[in-house]
Formats: sequence, C-alpha cells, structure tokens
Amino acid sequence: MDADTITAVATPPGEGGIGIIRVSGPSAFQIADHIFRTASRLLPSGLKSHTLTYGRILDPDNGQIVDQALLGLMRAPHSYTTENTVEFNCHGGNAVLQQVMLLTLKYGARVAEPGEFTKRAFLNGRIDLAQAEAVADLIRAKTDLARQAAANQLVGRLSEQIHHLNEQTADLLALVEATIDFPEEELDLLDLKTTSQKAEQIAEQLDYLLQTAGDGRLLKEGLKIAILGKPNVGKSSLLNSLLAVDRAIVTDIPGTTRDTIEETLNLNGIPVHLVDTAGIRQTDDPIEQIGVEKSHATLTEADLLIIVVDASMPLDESDQQILEKVNLKPALFVLNKVDLPIQTSSVDLLNHLTGVTQTGIAPTIVQTSMIQQTGIEDLKERMLAQVLDADLSQSVLITNARHEEALRAARTAIAHAIDSMKAVMSAEFIALDLRATLDGLGDIVGHTTNDDILGRIFAQFCIGK
Amino acid sequence: MRAYYKNYDVLVIGAGHAGCEAALAAARMGCQTLVMTLSIDTIGKMPCNPAIGGLAKGHLVKEIDALGGEMAKAIDETGIQFRQLNTKKGPAVRSSRAQADKKAYQLYMKQVLENQDGLDIKEGLVEELLTDHGKCIGVLSRTRTAYLAQTVILTAGTFLRGTIHIGDVSYSAGRAGESSAERLSKSFLDLGLEVSRLKTGTPPRVNARTVDFNLMEDQPGDENPRPFSFSNNRITQSQIPCYITYTNPKTHQIIRDNLMRSAMYSGRIKGVGPRYCPSIEDKVVRFSEKNEHRIFVEPEGRDTQEIYLNGISASLPEDVQMDMVASIRGLENAEIMRFGYAVEYDFAPATQLYPTLETKKVENLFFAGQLNGTTGYEEAGAQGLMAGINAGLKVKNQDSLILDRSQAYIGVLIDDLVTKDIREPYRMFTSRAEHRLQLREDNADLRLTETGYRVRTISTADYQRFLAKKQQIEAELERLSNTKIKPSPETLDQLQKIGLPSIKMPTTLAELLKRPNISYQQIQGLEIQDLADSYILRSCQPVPAKIRDGVGHIRTVEEQVEIQIKYAGYIARQDLQIERFKKFEAVRIPNDFDFLSVHGLKTEAQKKLAQIRPLSIGHASRVPGVSPADISILMVWLKNRTKSSDSSSTEIPAPAKVPAGSN
Repeated sequence: MDADTITAVATPPGEGGIGIIRVSGPSAFQIADHIFRTASRLLPSGLKSHTLTYGRILDPDNGQIVDQALLGLMRAPHSYTTENTVEFNCHGGNAVLQQVMLLTLKYGARVAEPGEFTKRAFLNGRIDLAQAEAVADLIRAKTDLARQAAANQLVGRLSEQIHHLNEQTADLLALVEATIDFPEEELDLLDLKTTSQKAEQIAEQLDYLLQTAGDGRLLKEGLKIAILGKPNVGKSSLLNSLLAVDRAIVTDIPGTTRDTIEETLNLNGIPVHLVDTAGIRQTDDPIEQIGVEKSHATLTEADLLIIVVDASMPLDESDQQILEKVNLKPALFVLNKVDLPIQTSSVDLLNHLTGVTQTGIAPTIVQTSMIQQTGIEDLKERMLAQVLDADLSQSVLITNARHEEALRAARTAIAHAIDSMKAVMSAEFIALDLRATLDGLGDIVGHTTNDDILGRIFAQFCIGK
Repeated sequence: MRAYYKNYDVLVIGAGHAGCEAALAAARMGCQTLVMTLSIDTIGKMPCNPAIGGLAKGHLVKEIDALGGEMAKAIDETGIQFRQLNTKKGPAVRSSRAQADKKAYQLYMKQVLENQDGLDIKEGLVEELLTDHGKCIGVLSRTRTAYLAQTVILTAGTFLRGTIHIGDVSYSAGRAGESSAERLSKSFLDLGLEVSRLKTGTPPRVNARTVDFNLMEDQPGDENPRPFSFSNNRITQSQIPCYITYTNPKTHQIIRDNLMRSAMYSGRIKGVGPRYCPSIEDKVVRFSEKNEHRIFVEPEGRDTQEIYLNGISASLPEDVQMDMVASIRGLENAEIMRFGYAVEYDFAPATQLYPTLETKKVENLFFAGQLNGTTGYEEAGAQGLMAGINAGLKVKNQDSLILDRSQAYIGVLIDDLVTKDIREPYRMFTSRAEHRLQLREDNADLRLTETGYRVRTISTADYQRFLAKKQQIEAELERLSNTKIKPSPETLDQLQKIGLPSIKMPTTLAELLKRPNISYQQIQGLEIQDLADSYILRSCQPVPAKIRDGVGHIRTVEEQVEIQIKYAGYIARQDLQIERFKKFEAVRIPNDFDFLSVHGLKTEAQKKLAQIRPLSIGHASRVPGVSPADISILMVWLKNRTKSSDSSSTEIPAPAKVPAGSN
C-alpha cells in the first residue's frame, strides 16, 4: 500500500449538476473526520463501509460551511484502489470543488497524478494488467462504441477468452509432453492428426481475436478517410456538410484549400478522421505545391478514400489521374453538384471506372448536392458500411497494442507448431512452439508453469514404475 | 570432548550419491576434505532401484560428468545393461539408462574415494552440528570427537526420522539406531532449520531362481551400448537382459480386496508420495479402467539372484504381497526375498537454501541430496557435486558457481528446489526444462566442461581431450558449410546411388544435411570423383577425392555436427527464448533488498519473496504466489532504488513484459 493519500476531482471538468472529490489512501478517513460533519454527529471514520451519508463540508479553521454534500465511504480492501477511500458528492461548480479539494490537501492528501487511482488498483492487485489497460483505454476512448469495447475488456471478457485458449493449449502441450517424458508408458503414439486439428482450432481462434484487433484499433484511434478530387469539385463543402460546421474555407476559386484539413467526426460511435486534401493538380505555386505533397502523404495513411467528381463538368485528365488512385485503397465515389446540369452521369463514371479498377468489385457511387444538402446521410452510411461489416458492440475486441503483440507472438508460435506436426517432427520440437504459444497468452493472463503441465499429465495418464 | 588433530576445509556428512560427489569435487579442487559415513561398506549404496539414468536423469549424469563428477564413470564400469531411451525422438530428449550391478557400483565408488588425494574417510556417527556465532564450524561425533572444518555439507538422505510401513506394521528405520538420528534431528531444529515430511515406496524383490522368464517379454540392452562418461569411448563388458511382465485383472482384484490393509489407504501414512511413481494400490484405484500395468523385471547384479520388480511398489501386508506377486505371469512361484514397503522421512525444504545450496540460517553449512526433498541417485549426485564445488569455492574465497536454467538440468533442479515448495519427492523431467532443446545429453560437455575446468574439478587431461573434440566439431562444421557440390551428372548419379535427393543448384553439404531424412553418415558416403564438381568455398582448395575427411572422428563429434546443422532452425528459436530469459536473470536484486518494505505487493508475495530472497527479477518471477503484477511493482521499486542510489546502470526492462515464470 502506498503511504500517501491522493485526491482528485473525479467528475469531468465543467459546470455539472454534481461534482465528486475522491480521496484514497491511509489518511482518507482522517481527512473526512476533519472536514465533514454528519447530521448524526458520528465521525466519518466510524461509518459503515459502502454507505452514503448526508452532511456538511466545513473548513475547521473558521467553521465556515463550504457545501452540503453526500459522503461515500469504502473501507480497504473493498474499494477500487483497495485502500480506504472517501468520495465527497458536492454540488457542481468549479469554485466549490476547488475549495473542497484544497481542504483535503490541507489535511494531508496530495494531488493525484493522472490515472493514479487505477495505477493503485493495479499495483494493489485489485485488477489485472489487461483490466488496467482497459481502464486507460476507457479514459482515452472518444466515442460510445470504444467505451463499450473497453468496458467489455474491463469485465474480463477478453481475459475469459484468452484463459480458454490458454487451457486448450496447456492440455495439448501436456499430451505432447507426456510422450516425451514417459516413453516407457506406451504413450509414445502421439496422434499427430488429432493434435494438429486441435492446434488448428487454437490458431483459428487466435486469428479471430486478432481480426478484431484491427476493429479495436479503429474504435480507439478512429478511421482515417481522405477526401480526394481535383480543385473546386466541392471537397471542402462536403467536409463541412459531413461535420455540419464551417471548418474549411469555401470559395469558388480553385486551390483555396492549400493545406490538408483534419476533422474528427463521430460516425455511429466510431471516430472518423476526415482529411480534406488540397486539390491534387500540377501547380507552380510553391505554397500550393506543399499542400499537394501533403495530400499524397495523407493518401498513404488513409483507411478509406472518398473521391469527389464534379457532375456538372465532363471528366477531364485531372479527374482521370485521381480516379486511378482507386486501386490503392478502398474507395467511395461522390458525384457532386448534381443540382447543376449533368455533364458526367453515374453511368459515365461507372463506365470509366470499369476500365480503371482492378479489384473487380463494383464501385459505390453516391450522388450529392451540397447546395441542396442531398446524399449526405447516404454517404455517411456507406462510409460506415465500407469499413465495418459486423456489429461490433457485442464482440470482444483487442484494443490494446500490447495484447495484440502478445497474441501475434502466440499465433506465430502455433503456426510453427503446426508446421512441425505436418513435418512429423519429434514431439519436443512441437512442444517448443506450443510453449511459446502459452508464453504469448501468458503475457496477457498470467503464465502457465511447468508444474501445471506435469499436473495435467499425471491427472490424465497412469504414469510411473 | 576433544578436537580431531586435523582441521578440514570441507567436511561431508554421508557417503551416498550426494556425499560421494561432494567429497570428490571438494578434494579435486584441492581442499582438505573429510567424508564421514555410518558405514564404509555402504558408500555409494543403491537402496532403491538398480539403475542409473533414465529420462532427464541421464542428462543429469552427463552433466555431472561434464563438471568432473564420478557417477558416469562408475556406471560405465559397473553397468550390466545399457539402453538409450527415446531413440525415435529428437536428440534433445534421448536419454541414457543403465542397469547397475549394485555391489560392483558401491565397490567402485569406495575405491575411488579411498584413492582420492586430499580426501580422508572416517566411519562414524555425527550427532551434532557445531556452530559459532551463527556459522557452522564442524561436527561432533558419537564418540565425542569434534571434527572442525571451514565448511560442512550435510547429505543425510532419508536418515531423519525414517519410518517404514508394511501393511499394519510400522517401525523406525534409522539404520544406525534411532537415538542418534534423533540427536542430529534435534541439533537441526535447534539451529532453526525446518523439516517437513515426504513418503516414497519400493516394490518387492524376488529370487531369480523362482522366476519363469520364458513367460515374460525380453528387454535386451542396446546392441551398441554407449557410455555415459565423455572420457569413455565404448562399453566393453557383456550385458544381461531385463524382462517385462504385466499385472492382470486378478492382481487388481487382490489389491482392491485388501486396500484397507494397505498402510497408504488405512491412513497410517501422512507424508505425500510422488505422483509419477505411484504405488500399485494407487494405480489400481486411480486408473481402474486399465486391465494391466507394466512391470520391469530387473536383475540387481551379476553375482546375485535378487530381482527388482519395478512398477509394483506397495505398502500392502506381506501375505497380500505374496498373493499379488503370485498372480502375475512368470512370477507364479516367485519367492519374495524382500517385501515392498512405504517409507516416510523428514526432509529439509530447500527454500531454506541459497542457490549455492548453503543454508540461509547457518553460514558455511550446505545441504545436498535427498535431504532436500529430491528422489533419485542422479538428482542427489548433481546436488552433491554443486555443494562440493560451492563449499570449495567458499573456502578458496572465490565467486560461487550457480548454473542457470538455460545452462543445465542441474540449474533447473537447484533453481526449482530453492524456489518452490516441494509437495512430493522431486524428480527431474525434461518438461521441467524450458530450454530443453539446448540442454541435451550430447552437448553436456560443450555446455559445462570449461566451467568444470575453471573450478578445477575437471582434470587437465580430461580438459585437453575436451578441447580436441571441440576443435574437431568446429572444423567439421566449417568443412560442411564451406563444401559445395554442383549438380553435375556424376554428382547426381552419386546422390541417387546412396539414396540422397537430387540437387538443382550448387549446394553445400550443410544444406544437404539440413533436409529431412538425410543423415551425416549418408553425406559421408558421398564420393565425388571429379574434383571440379565440388569445391571448398572459403579456401577454394580442391576437395579430396573422397569428400569424407572426417575419418577418425569419434562418433560423438559426428553426432554433434549432425545435430547442430540439422536442427539449426529450432535451436535458433530456442536461443531467442534463452535471450529473453537471460534479460530478466540479469536484473539483479541486491542482497540486502527489503521485500517487506515494498508497498503494493500482495501480502503472500511479500512473505514468499522475503523467505526465498530471489537473486534476480527472473528468479523472483518463478517464486510461487508471485504474480506478473507483483513483478511489475518490484521492477518499479528496483528502478527507483537504482535511480536514488545511482550506483548501478542495470537496464530494467519495461514491466509490461513479464518473464515467463516456471513456478
């Protein structure tokens, strides 16, 4: 346990209905005794754990009442940090909260560092590493779906799944090990077919989990979408419509957007970073030139491209150049300015694209008008559909880079083990990589010991002379 | 009380397998050494099964040999049947095993001890450990003579409060009478050392004259028996066969009917027996679906009729044992010479020891062997050797020798013993070694002999022989990697003739050997007549008419080359794991580190760490009850400490990656 007591405002900054000051550590109760008066005159330190008690916060120096408040009290080890913890539920308002916090500081607490409550919960063994990391994700998460994924991890769904995989791998290893250490027990007929089937199943489950890592990252870090198009096709207006705010300067002079503009949009709970690129065109203007180069860089980072074409103009060489980018990334096509007389129809565009695309997938074309504000919702839906094909809110997602790395290591190792089985290698070579698989999983949920493997062998086989 | 006229550097109590190796190692290092034994006639005695080696145990014997111990040489000299186990598997898990002529083995050991310079042997009974200011300074014998020594190694085996159980009969089994053993036990407890209780068992032994071997399967020795010791090239003595028979439903019925008369099942025995060596009662109860259990019928020597029935250790009453044995094929008329029994004994949990095997409580006092909760002659010998070496190094004021888990099975053994709680007698298995692919029997000398020479347990002659072999291996590896053959018609013809796959491009012999199902022998059979067809890469020398210039290599050199080339990919992966392991072993925890002052550790972890006092973060991660989170906390504290003292520049790895523990 830490020797010092920490304090912080636990509610988000701003003028809320209520505000909470949380204090955790060995002197949390004494601090409450100093500054909180219950209606019943009982000292807070004498209160039952997990109770809310009405009372007043006052400054003992001058007896002045700071606020009327509820005191929540949790005794060690039954609190989030496993330490004695009190929470002052005050009326919102920065001034009050500041004053209460100053009082807690005065009576022995220090200001908590960011994430320190969670750090203590982890260091005191209250939550495991996977859970601690989920909390960190939770704090950082920008959108609802991301919060849900982090929350799932927090309640241990990820741990549960990996524990399950760990069990399967440990049993498999025990089977293999038994044939090595007990050759005289007539177990030395390792059924490689069944064994490799089991290993394949483990590999599949790892693949499934790893697949979600992409989605998990998406949820946390968001999706990057680059808006491409020759100058003045309405990229900036499109961005503004998607965001429904005036962010980019919109004029009808080509090349107005000289730099890339990035905005974050909440698309059904997924953060989407929209990047409006400077028009890609040959230019001598050195400043605009920088913008063009930046656009190319954006292109390589993007998860999805939105390629905008002006419906009121015939397709020209600049359009051609841009349309060729279609093969680089998944792309959506926007035929803009459909309110004007049509020079390029979606059939024209489609015909043109059939010559260009190599993927063989029919391109998605959305018709929009920024003037009439049509097609925007359609575009949003298709953007989302393009990236996500499943309902993410119910699945277990890998949102953490360390977990992903550990699972990848396990996946590589089990692939090696399967190779060894197929090559009919001797059992100890198979065991080498099954152990590495277990180590990878163990990095997330704790390690399987040699004794555990031996225990499994003795439980399953009659061994010994 | 009077003091013996000599002062010793190292005093070893007990001359079993641990005691012999300890005494020999210390004496060979140049220490004035005394070994005290209850009876000189029982030096190197094998009280249980008449065999040395076996899975993972063979590895230990080879390592003992590579470090200058005696066990391998003794069994090479006195073995009556030699077998390689797991020959169908890869090289890392092949193990050597040999049946021993028990009496011959003892006699051999006794002679080696008698002829060792710097080693005195004394028959006598030790009653008390003498200490001065918390340090052990010698022992007191029953005849009231004090033997003084700078270091004392206790290898008391199962002598502390041994109790034998046969059915409903139990009796005390201190071979020299219980009062004396009791006194040593008391001296032990007076020093604050703890003991706990274990059990093990033995099977009945029968007279060969009354056994019908014709009704059993033969189990002959290997055609080309291979020696244990790196200093022996071949085994020359004749071998005698062992036999195999089986229990049957009738046997099992007899056991089931009399289960409540078994000492184990009637609740008389409180110690914990080994799961890997269950009694026949256990096998019948726990695996009731099996209709038979195998019995290895093993002779105890050339000059005796006694036969050891390996596989039916029992604590049943004598009449039930007779019925049980008579129900078994080939043993219908067998006359039991010694009945099987279960034995309970005290052991000293080795968590009281440093990895040097010195006790934490009493300086200069070392424990080794079965006393530390192990089972097996090999496990005992390995500890004896290491205790002998570390006592010797301490006397010489040199750094102690601790082998880590990636260096040797001995390292795995001792690390496990001093770190974990033993709940059953500890036996070595290859699955206990994480770095098994590198801890092979065949390379034990390459792993350890230089270390043995450094501490002077390896003689100069043995070391020279080792260097020559090592050089041959390196030269041959280089030759194979640098000799390329071209796909000329003659060469392809040659390859086909000796059953090697064809090649399309110029290929080195090493690359060829790497392919599946190709042996070194086949490569050696390659005779390229046209010199232009092959060439040596680096030196560009023409290759001799016959590519094999490995003539005269001993078999072990060829084998080593083959293994190193053939399994290079796997070995490289193993090496990566070893690297990761070493990184955490390298983060040292200072000797005076106060684990109790680390806030945030689970109370259980804190207590265990304070008790074990691990030497490194890696070591700490193997302590039972210590979680990855505890290790993260420990790392944070060590980092802070390093920062504040700024005396060490040890790089502490990021806490997120916690070492794979093995507790």
